[in-house]
Amino acid sequence: MITETLSLPVGRQRSVIPGFGITLGLTLTWLSVIVLLPLSALFIKTSEISLERFIAIVTSTRTLHALQVSFGLSLAAAVLNLIFGTIVVWALVRYDFPFRRVVDAIIDIPFALPTAVAGIALTSLYAENGWVGSLLAPLGIKVAFTQLGILVALIFIGLPFVVRTVQPVLADLDAELEEAAASLGASRWETIRRVVLPAILPALLTGFALAFARAVGEYGSVIFIAGNLPGQTEIAPLLIVIRLEEFRYADATAIACVMLLASFTLLLLINRLQRWSEMRGTGA
Amino acid sequence: MSSTSHSALPQALASEGLPAHVEVRPLRHPGPTNTEPKAVRIAIITLALAFLALCIALPVVSVFYEAFKRGWLAYVTALAEPDALSAIRLTLLVAAISVIANVTFGLIAAWAIAKFEFPGRSLLITLIDLPFSVSPVVAGLVYVLLFGSQGLFAAYLQAWDIKIIFALPGIVLATLFVTFPFVARELIPLMQEQGTAEEEAAVSLGASGLSTFFRVTLPNVKWALLYGVLLCNARAMGEFGAVSVVSGHVRGLTNTMPLHIEILYNEYQFVASFAVASLLALLALVTLVAKTLLEARLAEDAS
Repeated sequence: MITETLSLPVGRQRSVIPGFGITLGLTLTWLSVIVLLPLSALFIKTSEISLERFIAIVTSTRTLHALQVSFGLSLAAAVLNLIFGTIVVWALVRYDFPFRRVVDAIIDIPFALPTAVAGIALTSLYAENGWVGSLLAPLGIKVAFTQLGILVALIFIGLPFVVRTVQPVLADLDAELEEAAASLGASRWETIRRVVLPAILPALLTGFALAFARAVGEYGSVIFIAGNLPGQTEIAPLLIVIRLEEFRYADATAIACVMLLASFTLLLLINRLQRWSEMRGTGA
Repeated sequence: MSSTSHSALPQALASEGLPAHVEVRPLRHPGPTNTEPKAVRIAIITLALAFLALCIALPVVSVFYEAFKRGWLAYVTALAEPDALSAIRLTLLVAAISVIANVTFGLIAAWAIAKFEFPGRSLLITLIDLPFSVSPVVAGLVYVLLFGSQGLFAAYLQAWDIKIIFALPGIVLATLFVTFPFVARELIPLMQEQGTAEEEAAVSLGASGLSTFFRVTLPNVKWALLYGVLLCNARAMGEFGAVSVVSGHVRGLTNTMPLHIEILYNEYQFVASFAVASLLALLALVTLVAKTLLEARLAEDAS
């Protein structure tokens, strides 16, 4: 229905629709003012720092610890989200149960709930006198103000990325493939492992990468529950804020530059994964 | 075929906007070859629901519980406090500006990108999506580096006595940055799928570009536009990290609702903090309900 109009070689000059020049010009201008110019300011300011100074800042014990906490816990949270997200997707797509639509809708809560609200709510839940924290305290498990608390916050904000990426792919999966595998004598587990899993693998990896990328830069939901002890529960975005408040602009800029480069790398990776995922989708 | 690299498309759009030749199989409840034993099914459902209840639902419930812990009076008193009211006003103002700016930009960008073919189009889409992958703290920092006291434009701003950082313009700019893709990314894939046939017909019948846009294109994308506005508004009202960096946290002046929540919380005024938080949580819930209702309409537009 749509392919016909789009696959016609509509040259720009031959298009009868007006407004190309002005809309593209405005788009590029606004994009430059709001996004590109500010981001390039970060690189300009970074270039003003000498290389030795930059390396000294980035490899200082406190920075390395903060980066380690941010990337390490984000990775752990993304792995847990991958596992639980897949279970949630499977239940939502394959099974019927009461209030399935409501359950489906609440998946998006972490997208919609402001991070500061999530932060104070999780902190009050997991503090030693909180609903969950008071149950875990007798077992000797402390969540709030430890790395475990950061992990809880990162799981909260990352879950919808995995679910919403994998869900449509699993829903679109051709049931005939599984029937064919079963009729050829494959056990259910074999069918899932060798037919379903390869088909949803690109989506799983995309969701994993999206959850990881979001977690690395997360600030609001983490800082309340983290405890923010340098070297232990201090995340990299918080260290940027602290350096800024101390007027140590070079330090803040250098750490931010590292974070931004990590974001760009992840973005490229995610784009690759999405293209792979789309090819799988259309090729099947 | 249009390259829809927009993965975070509304899920309804992605799953229901199938090409027409894909027949929807009536077999929704597959036979025994196609499902797991009953015990496994129950275990998976239980595990999924328990996980969601603990990780997603419980935090939201606790916001309202903590807010009303001391009763209605304490709740209302906390919200009627002047600093809280000024935070609410500032948040509404910033959100209104961001929504208007993003709707204007989103429509203009979607027109250029979806209705015309030009080299570098997919790069442009990637650049529009860029703010999604930047940490909010970094988003705030880049404006400090531009307009702060040590920033690239510090001399000019001082000469003209313009204050951007620790003032309203900075808060608006940081919010614009983080909400930048929200409207555009809902419109672009939909307008790409809808193609240009209707617009071409309108123009060849003598309609001007603007009236084609308002009479043909806009009605076709109104639900997607509203969807983008909802998400943009929710993010604008709730943004914390980016705004926190540029705000300066002046009570009653540059504190948005999320920043006010933080201050109250750090002062151990938990009821007041959760009272303000409950407003934002309510906004999130309303957004979700509206979003769910809209997704059905969106699926219609896309087909």
